[in-house]
Amino acid sequence: MTGPATEPTAEPATAPLLRVEGVWKNYHGHHVLRGVDLEVAPHEVVCLIGASGSGKSTLLRCLNLLETVDDGAVWLDGREITDPAADPDEVRKRIGMVFQSYNLFPHMTVLDNITLAPVRVHRRSRREAVARARALLERFGLADKADAYPDRLSGGQQQRVAIVRAMACEPSVLLLDEVTSALDPELVTEVMGVIRELKQAGMTMVMATHEMGFARDIADTVCFLENGVLLERGPAEQIFTEPREPRTRAFLQRVLESGRL
Amino acid sequence: MTSLHKRPSGEWVKSERQLDRERRRRRQGVRSGSVAAASTILFVVLVALAVTSSPGWPRVRETFFDWERFSAAFPDVLGGFWLNIQIFLVAEVVILVLGLLVALARGLRSPLFFPLRMLATAYTDVFRGIPTILLVYLVGFGLPALELQGVPSSPAVLGGLALVLSYGAYVAEVFRSGIESIHPSQRAAARSLGLSQAQALRFVILPQAVRRVVPPLLNDFASLQKDTALVAVLGPLEALRQAQIHQAETFNYTPYLAAAVLFIALTVPMARFTDHLAARAERRRAPGGAP
Ligand SMILES: Nc1ncnc2c1ncn2[C@@H]1O[C@H](COP(=O)(O)OP(=O)(O)OP(=O)(O)O)[C@@H](O)[C@H]1O
Ligand SMILES: [Mg+2]
Repeated sequence: MTGPATEPTAEPATAPLLRVEGVWKNYHGHHVLRGVDLEVAPHEVVCLIGASGSGKSTLLRCLNLLETVDDGAVWLDGREITDPAADPDEVRKRIGMVFQSYNLFPHMTVLDNITLAPVRVHRRSRREAVARARALLERFGLADKADAYPDRLSGGQQQRVAIVRAMACEPSVLLLDEVTSALDPELVTEVMGVIRELKQAGMTMVMATHEMGFARDIADTVCFLENGVLLERGPAEQIFTEPREPRTRAFLQRVLESGRL
Repeated sequence: MTSLHKRPSGEWVKSERQLDRERRRRRQGVRSGSVAAASTILFVVLVALAVTSSPGWPRVRETFFDWERFSAAFPDVLGGFWLNIQIFLVAEVVILVLGLLVALARGLRSPLFFPLRMLATAYTDVFRGIPTILLVYLVGFGLPALELQGVPSSPAVLGGLALVLSYGAYVAEVFRSGIESIHPSQRAAARSLGLSQAQALRFVILPQAVRRVVPPLLNDFASLQKDTALVAVLGPLEALRQAQIHQAETFNYTPYLAAAVLFIALTVPMARFTDHLAARAERRRAPGGAP
């Protein structure tokens, strides 16, 4: 996929690809993030879990500069991207994002959705971009949808197209914000399949999710957020079997009771 | 029953029941068509009888529906109407460009462009507030009175300029509301792909916004087309002015009717076209509609 196809490792032995240090964010005096620290190693898959409103989406939006942080800093590959002098467009070229509500461009075909950024931002030739887009669509079982408009696709297909669109820019990191929560249960699995394949290909991902089973299955590291604080962080197995923090345990207990684990 | 019609291939052959249903539907269609025709004819005949038998009718016919005066005035009025169409066509293009530029200027976020944004806001506020006829007087008589170099002297051009100033402000607002109607998540998605502010606007926001504002724009243009007659006060020989000249010769109002017929002949197709576009947009929004 991108970069050398090294084995995915759970242990961040190398320098982190993404480093978040003491990030604060508030909206109208309401603190949504309160000093979040996070490190993401190359090829690592990090899942953000936590109750609704705990700040998962906000953290992801801060990572690709859709929001400006109020304090703290974010580094990508050793360069501070929250530096006022850094060019947000340059940063976003390297960080892909997929949204809960797909956000495909309704006036463009699937193929045009996917090739827009490679052609306009990454200055690829149209022919090359189309070839790459078709290969990606093929790989994710969407080859016959290239010329369709988004409103003719099912939710699951739209979300897979959105992932392909982000991947077409060959990002170093992919941010996924609850990409399955708008989907019917039978469509969730097809989108999860795509993410699983990206992990196997060595993609670095930070993912907010309510699907605990999926998080447990795919994450190298799980982070539990509560009220804008990153309360606990650890290997997926440890968080789900023996969480250290009582409040993580309480959260997982609630989820378990509502039958989502 | 169905087994009778089922071929081994499973190909669909319409059942007797369906064929009968379709026959009955056709018959019903013919019946409603004839009912509509009959009731329309009856209505028109009754109204015509009522009007023509009313005591004032001969005078009305003489003043407004004098066929001889109509044919005498029509060639001149038609010739004048060509000038209306020219003013309309040129003004329309300039208005579209001006309106879009003003709408874009109002959306600029960078502090560098603050003065431009202020100017655009002031322009829409001021020119939407002034009655168009007043603008025609101001520009048509006021500008030449300045006796500046390079100010056009043709009344048609000056009148067109007044229309551009007035309608440009309206069209700018139409464009702006179209741009603002696009959900912010579309911009977020575009920016997250690395598109710059300008690229997001050009490739993602504007194409969707423009599609949305076509029906209201056509409405504005239907009324612009009528308002070209306001230029008459400056004296160029357009349709209304020609009708006025003929009217003044004879004190008969039929020439005005000739002008009115011409304006209607242009606005009605435009109105139907707008309806058609709006209906198509509505169908597209409906689930399962064509993209
Ligand atoms: N643009 C905004 N303006 C004001 N408040 C906001 C904004 N975005 C988020 N918030 C608030 O920030 C808090 C955290 O929101 P966020 O979307 O990050 O939570 P989340 O963990 O993603 O929740 P969910 O699981 O429901 O998606 C919420 O209380 C929300 O109301
Ligand atoms: Mg969220």
